[in-house]
Amino acid sequence: MIIDEIHNGIVIDHIRAGGAMELYRILGLEELSCSVAIIKNATSSKMGKKDIIKIDEVIDLDLDVLGYVDPGITVNIIREGERVQKFKPTLPERVTNVIKCKNPRCITTTEQELDHIFKLTDRENRVYRCIYCDSPAKRK
Amino acid sequence: MRSLIDILDLTPAEIGDLLDTADDIIARPDAYAHLCDRKKLATLFFEPSTRTRLSFEAAMYELGGQVLGFSEASSSSASKGESVSDTVQVVSCYADIIAMRHPKEGAPMVASMKASVPIINAGDGGHNHPTQTLADLCTIRRQMGRLDNLTVGFCGDLKFGRTVHSLISALSRHTGIKFVLISPDELRIPTYIRDDVLAHSDATYVETDSLEAAMPELDILYMTRVQRERFFNEADYIRLKDSYILTPDKLATAKPEMAILHPLPRVNEIAVAVDNDPRACYFKQVLNGKYMRMALILMLLGIERPAK
Repeated sequence: MIIDEIHNGIVIDHIRAGGAMELYRILGLEELSCSVAIIKNATSSKMGKKDIIKIDEVIDLDLDVLGYVDPGITVNIIREGERVQKFKPTLPERVTNVIKCKNPRCITTTEQELDHIFKLTDRENRVYRCIYCDSPAKRK
Repeated sequence: MRSLIDILDLTPAEIGDLLDTADDIIARPDAYAHLCDRKKLATLFFEPSTRTRLSFEAAMYELGGQVLGFSEASSSSASKGESVSDTVQVVSCYADIIAMRHPKEGAPMVASMKASVPIINAGDGGHNHPTQTLADLCTIRRQMGRLDNLTVGFCGDLKFGRTVHSLISALSRHTGIKFVLISPDELRIPTYIRDDVLAHSDATYVETDSLEAAMPELDILYMTRVQRERFFNEADYIRLKDSYILTPDKLATAKPEMAILHPLPRVNEIAVAVDNDPRACYFKQVLNGKYMRMALILMLLGIERPAK
């Protein structure tokens, strides 16, 4: 399958296979007016299969979200057809309004205007807990 | 501006300082009788908890301060749908410090993010109850003279007992602590306490279902109530509620200086006959709770300990 090269934009590479749609949704890419390509199950020498997202514009990405969803991904910034920057997002200390607390006893269930904030409590095991009630985030 | 939401908001040194203040209050209460003159404590109790509220009120009165507030959500604006954030911003205009009890976990933290005065968490659902832990620590230090090198037994409901979780977290920061966790299988300590607290501390622990077997080695025995409201199934509650009842007979093998603690209220897990045993400390614990709340109010209001 051939997807056009992008001239100015972002390539989010090394997304675990099957993870691109979640990332697309969480990053709010459906709001963009530019071209966005989602490539699923691309062949990868390291990962076997991987997903890739190509965005045909340089936009502000929420790197915390990227790090939380999939710290293994690579972000490439393309300008004038050249890759000018390549980096891996790190696991963020906090994520805001990315995940919702599922604890029915948490204050966020009754006070709707509150931000849902989770903090990293165990980097090794990627455990995030609600800052209000300490419940662990449930990952898919 | 400081608030107290979780016992771990305080460093061991700060807790040591509060314990010293409590000892000083006990030694010379008159020196503290007017330190909070013209200061007001608001007790915002969105669910009833008579003993905790009375303890806070007594603490503030003994410091010379005054108290206002409500004792259940139905008598507050919460019944009209007001948010916690709005309530505390309003009350901040009237009071110098707020003690809050709320059924929702994290409500006092939300309050502390919005209020312009210090917030004390007086219990949020099954989550935190840091002033109970301060009462427990005060009782342990006053009875044993130390908070390190202790073998501490917790007995009963270790799954839902928030006082147990908080005290384990606080004591884990001291050296030479061994926990003996005594409970039926259904009420064992939650995994996150094992993984997040015990695995990251120098404290050691064993789990057992036998109170009798554990008794001889304990310096502290912390009894808990098996609470009806924590069970979805009445049959499970009835089957387990009498699992661990402390009687004078069972104390025969205990150390003579062991201290028996209980956060109260008790149902039947400590026989009334045990009350006369000099090792029974649970009513002293109530009194110590008031002294620690006095010490905490002073600390959060930035009022220094009076010179001797």
